[in-house]
Amino acid sequence: MRLTGAQMVLACLEAENVEVIFGFPGGAVLTLYDEIFKKGIRHILTRHEQGAAHAADGYARASGKPGVVIATSGPGATNLVTGIATAYMDSIPIVAITGQVATPLIGTDAFQEADITGITMPITKHNYLVKDINELPYVLKEAFHVACTGRKGPVLIDLPKDLQVQEGEFAYPAQVEMSTYRPTYEGHTGQITRAANAIKKAKRPLLYTGGGVISSGAHEELLELSRRVSIPVTTTLTGMGGVPCDYDFFLGMPGMHGTYAANNAINESDLLIAVGVRFDDRVTGKLETFAPQAQIIHIDIDPAEIGKNVVAHIPIVGDVRLVLKELLKRLQSAETHDTREWCAKVLEWKTAKPLRYRQEPGSCLKPQFVIEELYRLTRGEAIVTTDVGQHQMWAAQYYRVKRPRALISSGGLGTMGFGFPAAIGAQMAFPEKQVICIAGDGSFQMNSQELATAVCYNIPVKVAIINNQYLGMVRQWQKFFYGGRYAHSSLAGSPDFVKLAEAYGARGFRVTRPEETAAAIDTALNTPGPVVIDFQVDPEENVLPMVAPNTSIVEMIGGE
Amino acid sequence: MKRMLAILVEDRPGVLTRVSGLFSRRGYNIQNIAVGRTMEPGISRMTVTVEADPLTVEQIVKQLNKLVNVLKVSDMTDEPSVGRELMLVKVKAEPGRRSEIQQMAATFRAKIIDLSPDSMIIEVTGDEQKLQAFLMMMQEFGIKEIASTGKISLLRGSKITRDAKALS
Repeated sequence: MRLTGAQMVLACLEAENVEVIFGFPGGAVLTLYDEIFKKGIRHILTRHEQGAAHAADGYARASGKPGVVIATSGPGATNLVTGIATAYMDSIPIVAITGQVATPLIGTDAFQEADITGITMPITKHNYLVKDINELPYVLKEAFHVACTGRKGPVLIDLPKDLQVQEGEFAYPAQVEMSTYRPTYEGHTGQITRAANAIKKAKRPLLYTGGGVISSGAHEELLELSRRVSIPVTTTLTGMGGVPCDYDFFLGMPGMHGTYAANNAINESDLLIAVGVRFDDRVTGKLETFAPQAQIIHIDIDPAEIGKNVVAHIPIVGDVRLVLKELLKRLQSAETHDTREWCAKVLEWKTAKPLRYRQEPGSCLKPQFVIEELYRLTRGEAIVTTDVGQHQMWAAQYYRVKRPRALISSGGLGTMGFGFPAAIGAQMAFPEKQVICIAGDGSFQMNSQELATAVCYNIPVKVAIINNQYLGMVRQWQKFFYGGRYAHSSLAGSPDFVKLAEAYGARGFRVTRPEETAAAIDTALNTPGPVVIDFQVDPEENVLPMVAPNTSIVEMIGGE
Repeated sequence: MKRMLAILVEDRPGVLTRVSGLFSRRGYNIQNIAVGRTMEPGISRMTVTVEADPLTVEQIVKQLNKLVNVLKVSDMTDEPSVGRELMLVKVKAEPGRRSEIQQMAATFRAKIIDLSPDSMIIEVTGDEQKLQAFLMMMQEFGIKEIASTGKISLLRGSKITRDAKALS
């Protein structure tokens, strides 16, 4: 079949069952957009390419399917960079297609030319600059394959303008054969047996699990393992929903803003079962003091993660779900060690030292209270996206998600401005579900232009702005570590968010007192279309507990 | 500790950038790099010398393996291997000192490949120590310029870094 380059892209999207793409047109993708127009594929026009990249990311995180984003050459492509880096750090499968100047012009500093494959080399799993139309079908197939297999991640295809018009022979390859890329899925059986034996012997085992559990869909196996052997679980920010947050043995998040129970369990555990995690500095604190008594089993699909930050005593490279299945086969409850004493101790910590705050009736609104009310009134069933900062940590602490893919947050890169466009993407994946973006007043302003997108397509995302009139986390660090000198962290002078929402044609509400909260949330949830609620909260509230950077995670400020 | 890595890569545009970019952004220090053809069309071989502790080297190897265009990475340091570097040395050579230089070059089994009224270019191959020794000897004549390839190496014996058949 003879097709033009642009037609090939559309044929590929069809073959890959892509139901929606996010993008922004421009000079170098006009032919591609003409084909999008003719084919009628669902396309969401954002108001900024960064919004499109985050929306594709949010779509992928919510659905597990690859997100697709299209942008033009030069500034269009460079505007994707933050979005691509965000997806890369959290191993999210997205395929970014960028236009490029025509091949004869490449390298001449042509109008809207940027070396986007060069720029994104360190933030993509792989990328391609296509210079031969005959390679395009394979490149497209490979791009989806690479993005969605092994440790997932973003892949970028840079497609010059002339190739979009050029004709070539098209047959979409049914399979990919790449001699240089073969991820390991099956764990080493000997190692799995060693891990099972270590679990049987352990007196104080602890499951520390992350995004890998979500990515491989291993939540059922994880819960089964935890139940069968009675092992408490702590999940990282990107691993939230790996077990339901209301599960008895769930201890909350570990690390810098982790719970007393989770951090102490890590400290006292004799066997840390690390599943789909990468021992990030925000989790470990000072590495030398992390899990000092524990033997470590590390299960991950990426061999490079094993031994990167901590030494694993029993490393297992493989797909988390497949490895856990094998592990379960080797662990029958009868023969496992009795961990009752340990569990009792850990659960005692959980009850004695829970996360807490105080909402005085009739006084200043507390951000944690707002999130608990959101949780209560959505019965914990919403898909929640967050931006980055204090509100993000409070969302992770107090919106106790019950399922995987329900808390969507930029963990690794920590991208402010992520939450709202990601919510738009998540809503596109699940039009019927309640999607809530918990945002900060600082973060929201980094991509608030996407209100136009939400209004245009009637995407009913509810944005809860935790408005403390500060870059709250910056202020908190300045208070704790910089003598209270609030250098440029005040956001006084921000717009009236209610009017801003209304200017875009969305609904806006404002809440300043605790007793108004429930009614406002209720109204917002029952208002069709996009809604912004401006929760004006206590400006000086801090996220607690807190572990100072590069100290032991049991040295918690406000953990007592 | 110095380690020598042999990296087989697909010969595609940008591959060298991908490999060298990985080294720089993860803070690994390349001391030496040589890139060239292999027997198999489309496959290049990079020989890279890095200075790093064993854990870092393990991480370098793992990270390199993640690059989609990288076929195989082998740490050749602890294996018996032969390594050679080629160097071109331009030295001052007044007519009165030429025979002296010629003799010295012969001792190092180096070849004179260009001659001008006041200089000559000498081609010398060998391991690092030999080249260092040669340069030291040439210093008394006055070295005007040098160019070198970086070290390439192969395992001793019939063992090879990669079975050619594995590719197909």
